[in-house]
Amino acid sequence: MNELVFFFNNVIVAGSVTGSIYAIGAIGVTLVFSIMRFAHFAHADMMTFGAFMVLLLTMAFPGVGAAVGLPTPIVMLPLAMVLTALLAVGVDKAFYKPLRAHGVKPIVMVIASLGVTLMLQGLIRLFAGTGAQNLYLAGERKEIYRLEMPFELATRPIIVTEPQIILFLLTIVCVVGLHLFLNRTRLGKAMRAMSDNPDLARASGINTNHIVAVTWVIAGGLAAIAGTLLSLDVTFKPDLSFFLLLPIFAAAIVGGVGHPYGAIAGGFVVGFAETLAVFNWTVLLRPIAHLFPEWVEIPRNLAFVGTEYKIVVPFFILVAILVWRPTGIFKGKVI
Amino acid sequence: MNAQRTERREDTVAAPSRFPLREVILFGALLVAVLGVYAIMGTAYSTRMLVEASCYAILALGLTIQWGYAGQFNAGVMGFVALGAFATMFLSVPVNDAFWGTELPGELGRVLLYGAAAAMLVYGATKLDRIGVPKKLRTLIAIVLAVVLYLVVISMLRGVTGEIQSRAGFIGGLGLPAWSGWIVGGALAGAIGYFIGHICLGLRSDYLAIATLGIAEIIKAFLKNSDWLTRGTATVSPLPWPTPGPSELGFTLARALYLSVTAAMIAVIFFLLHRAYHAPWGRMIRAIRDNEISASAMGKDINKRRLEIFVLGCILMGIGGGALASFNSIFDPNGFLPLNHTFLVLVMVILGGPGNNLGTIFGAVAVYIIWLMSEPLALFVMHGAAAIGEGWFGWEPPGNLDSRALQARVFVIGLLITLVLRFAPQGLLPEKVKHHG
Repeated sequence: MNELVFFFNNVIVAGSVTGSIYAIGAIGVTLVFSIMRFAHFAHADMMTFGAFMVLLLTMAFPGVGAAVGLPTPIVMLPLAMVLTALLAVGVDKAFYKPLRAHGVKPIVMVIASLGVTLMLQGLIRLFAGTGAQNLYLAGERKEIYRLEMPFELATRPIIVTEPQIILFLLTIVCVVGLHLFLNRTRLGKAMRAMSDNPDLARASGINTNHIVAVTWVIAGGLAAIAGTLLSLDVTFKPDLSFFLLLPIFAAAIVGGVGHPYGAIAGGFVVGFAETLAVFNWTVLLRPIAHLFPEWVEIPRNLAFVGTEYKIVVPFFILVAILVWRPTGIFKGKVI
Repeated sequence: MNAQRTERREDTVAAPSRFPLREVILFGALLVAVLGVYAIMGTAYSTRMLVEASCYAILALGLTIQWGYAGQFNAGVMGFVALGAFATMFLSVPVNDAFWGTELPGELGRVLLYGAAAAMLVYGATKLDRIGVPKKLRTLIAIVLAVVLYLVVISMLRGVTGEIQSRAGFIGGLGLPAWSGWIVGGALAGAIGYFIGHICLGLRSDYLAIATLGIAEIIKAFLKNSDWLTRGTATVSPLPWPTPGPSELGFTLARALYLSVTAAMIAVIFFLLHRAYHAPWGRMIRAIRDNEISASAMGKDINKRRLEIFVLGCILMGIGGGALASFNSIFDPNGFLPLNHTFLVLVMVILGGPGNNLGTIFGAVAVYIIWLMSEPLALFVMHGAAAIGEGWFGWEPPGNLDSRALQARVFVIGLLITLVLRFAPQGLLPEKVKHHG
């Protein structure tokens, strides 16, 4: 039983955490792609920017959290979301809009977004330094919940931390909110129309500039949530972005680009694949080792790849999906 | 899209040959900048900068044929550079007797043979439907077999590599001359490029960018963590030079000699590319880039040509990476950064003019100078700002100004990319399209 609890802690919980973060990030990538038709490489840096804003705000107002009864970073999150959304809209105005007006090819937009990535990275590291920082500043600490199992054989508890619970709740809120927004509001319907056929949408009187701005606001806000919760769960690192970029794109592509629900599914697929690939299966085999014949010797490490190759997993999924079904599991667009 | 295309046509219609005023001015300015660096930073440093810039120029030529000639965006230059560097290290470092003198090579070979046999078995399992096994069952058998055999082989490999690491350090090199490593590096990069291109070239270019970005990270992760093969983060140095080293000739002269080798390489590559560009082959490549549909209607095999170009570019990147690693005389897998080895090269190409080889070389040298000089400049500005802040407002300046100034480079490169795309989308030396009447 202890082995199963170990599996639950190391795969189910960890996979859901990374899965939720990738899913929230991938929604942004997918939305931007479906409205503006280019792969936005600077998305992971927007996440980092959001987390950095939370760090700054927490430093500026350290006492707020105690007054409300939540961790200060969580209280500061809405403000950081607004700031990140503003950044996203501003970046679009300054860098992408002129190129769009010029009618460049999508790949040129991708390169421009690479330029934006580097600028954001440079600025964030210039101000935040290069070291890792804890978002829980002095005086607050991460709550850890231990759930004892009601079985006799299980002596180890299931461990969930406070940021993880907040992350799960926020993921559900985001997904439901996005679903309602896209299906029930006029703006959401206009967005879907523009994603299906931009020319037709323009001809039917939809203000495309408005839609573009709304898309950036949503993408920026979600990026801030994902970045902050990841930083809360582990630590804030200014060079987070390159480690997030690949999994997020893998999630978006696995789910079918331009498909928000697919992005959520893709996020969880990639998140779980990562944790399953680095999980040491020997742990689960040990209790049933006596069932194997004598000549089978179970090695100490039966993980598919070492932890150091975690970054390889999303890419592997990406290629597999590409060969097997280029439109992703939810039939999105081919990029 | 259309707007841009018509605009481009206007200034590129069969222009009569003219005095290359733009080229002369730009290269003159570049010469002044290089001389300025020589005057300020000294001869040895500046020659070193030129050698590195020339290695980067080879990388940039590789990218310019992919991006400029064929419109393929390769965001994984770093991976091919790392492959070139690895091949150079593996071939040119002296032979390690602690490994080759024992039974370890035999064991390693045995595991590799097992791996090959396992691959054959899995391949055979995917063909089971030929002898009447239902297709679904075949897929299941193949997948289960692949997983089990993979786990068996990988745990055997872990055993052998652990032995190698503890007893011999790493397997060492082959003790061959450095230039042979450059050639093998080019071949290795080309082979990997063929593999990626085969999978991704049919898709839209964004995908190629993501795929190459990922491949580069994988190559780096492999080289960084395979301590038995590359010593990982412990780094391998010194790598031998193909020319007499600084200990024999002194820094300036040795570097100048190395520079002449890389300059000769660039000259050869430039000549070959120039010939290819003006040959029917080059015309076909441009036809495919400008209008894929009409080119395919005329019977050109688009995917094959694209793959050709992609592999060619990767080969150049491998060679350039090898030359760079030999010059730095150290193989450090951790030192390969997307910023230094991918985005810097990208800026060189788009600033200089994609598709224009002369422009690419100009871009390589110019951007490398900007890149090197932006750090001391940023430090100067930051020290100035800190002094003003301290004097006027009584600020406490952060202690790690130097490491932060390094980040200014990142910002400068990003700014350069966006500015060039906005104000000079064709580069400073745009490609001159000649229409053969």
